[in-house]
Amino acid sequence: MIELSHVAYSYGGGELFSDLSLTLSPGSFHFLTGPSGAGKTTLMKLCYGELIATAGEVRLFGEDARQMSRDGIALARRRIGVVHQDCQFLDHLPVSENIALPLTVAGRKDKGIQDLADLIAWVGLTKQASQLPPELSGGERQRAALARAVIMSPDVILADEPTGNIDWEMSQRLLRLLVELNRMGKTVLVATHDMALIRAAKQEVQSRVLRLTERRLQLAGADL
Amino acid sequence: MRVPAFARRGWLLLIGDPKAERAVPPSGFTAWLTSFTAAAMAFLAVFAMAFSFAAGRLADRWSDELARTSTLRLSAPAGQMEAQTATALEVLTTTPGVAEARLLSEAEQQALLEPWFGPGLPVASLPLPRLIEIIEEEDGFDAAGLRARLQAEVPGAVLDDHTRWREPLVAAAARLRSLGWLALLLIGASTGAMITLAAQAALAANAQVIRVMRLVGAQDAYIARAFVRRFTQRTLSGALAGMAAGMAALLLIPRTEVAGGFLTGLGFTGAGWLWPLAIPPLAALVAFAATRTAATRRLRDLS
Ligand SMILES: Nc1ncnc2c1ncn2[C@@H]1O[C@H](COP(=O)(O)OP(=O)(O)O)[C@@H](O)[C@H]1O
Ligand SMILES: [Mg+2]
Repeated sequence: MIELSHVAYSYGGGELFSDLSLTLSPGSFHFLTGPSGAGKTTLMKLCYGELIATAGEVRLFGEDARQMSRDGIALARRRIGVVHQDCQFLDHLPVSENIALPLTVAGRKDKGIQDLADLIAWVGLTKQASQLPPELSGGERQRAALARAVIMSPDVILADEPTGNIDWEMSQRLLRLLVELNRMGKTVLVATHDMALIRAAKQEVQSRVLRLTERRLQLAGADL
Repeated sequence: MRVPAFARRGWLLLIGDPKAERAVPPSGFTAWLTSFTAAAMAFLAVFAMAFSFAAGRLADRWSDELARTSTLRLSAPAGQMEAQTATALEVLTTTPGVAEARLLSEAEQQALLEPWFGPGLPVASLPLPRLIEIIEEEDGFDAAGLRARLQAEVPGAVLDDHTRWREPLVAAAARLRSLGWLALLLIGASTGAMITLAAQAALAANAQVIRVMRLVGAQDAYIARAFVRRFTQRTLSGALAGMAAGMAALLLIPRTEVAGGFLTGLGFTGAGWLWPLAIPPLAALVAFAATRTAATRRLRDLS
């Protein structure tokens, strides 16, 4: 699905990481951990074409991201659901319209009102559906972001610290939603430094834990 | 029935895809600015157009009607006046190209002088020249030839065929008409410039919205359309209002036929009233092009 080979990235200063390779194969479940500032968000941005690698190659569904046009990237993004670290909503539109935004911009009308209502119920936001994003709590925003990430039935789901600012119970709920999606066959990559969450997930789903530290990506071992 | 793609796109542009447009938050200021500019410019455009048409009519009239009439002015000592008048009329009626030669009566001459000297002028007792009005045939007459004949036979006659003062007037009217069209062009260009500025402001203010739309997979054309549609619609409605106001204002100008006044004749005649109806669609077209260019450029730079 998404393939990074010998990738490096630098914002202009030193390289955040170099010679990094990662393959997200269909149906896999990955965690990405590492200290704050290690470059987890940056790595995710490479995975949905927001940033272009300064060295190496990123392939999105087989296509070299560097060769893709803006419209090509847009099409790829419809197959990649992203839960952004800072959520990224349109604050003037109600939650339900924000969740439906990927459908709207893709001009898809095949998904009905009922599907949208079901999805909103699935993330437990039925009561908040007509509120504006700034009126939601942190956890509600994260769940709305997840709903928006999956509404296009994407092949890949990238979640950047989806449990960043929510309590344990809520993060458990979010995790279960992600696991459920993975069981439906979606490829999932979750960036988090919440070890307890990873341990909890280990019991429910076959997952690999990657650690980004000192410019390298390592497979975390039994220390978890 | 299959609707051709371009028709569907045109339709979408006109009525809008309300959902897409909602993605771009309405900004009171640029919306107001755009509508106001469009209305003001359409209002001015109606006047520029009316001005051009009036100038055109004036030029036509001066070159048409006045070209058909000339005047012969006859001065002679009192004793010879009658004889010279008769000779002049004789010469004129035998000149090819002259349809009619008519001696103005005392009453007519009095009427001509009245605006200058007031009523009650004793025309008969003044040594005034006699005036003969000449109406030409379609092809006109040979003024130089006529002058030569008159000089020989009626030494006191002066032929005024109006060309001397008519030509600069006709030229001036034609110039006025082109200035009117130039004004229309300038109005169109400044409308485009102002809408470009407003669109650029809206695009800059909505950088975050554009970002979010891109993150969820919106293509450039879609994002551009959301802006283009909104600006086109605002311009169209503003221009409609401005055009209606302009036409109403023209209708309200007091009308009088006195002296075929240029100012009071400002307006349209008959089917000419259909012309201003072209202003709103043209304004919308300008807005479409301006916003589209601005949006395309901005989206390219934002990549
Ligand atoms: N747009 C940017 N310009 C310059 N530096 C950036 C930018 N975004 C992130 N960085 C820097 O890159 C490093 C990695 O950031 P990030 O990928 O957000 O890390 P993480 O998500 O692991 O916390 C940080 O030191 C951050 O300051
Ligand atoms: Mg981060």
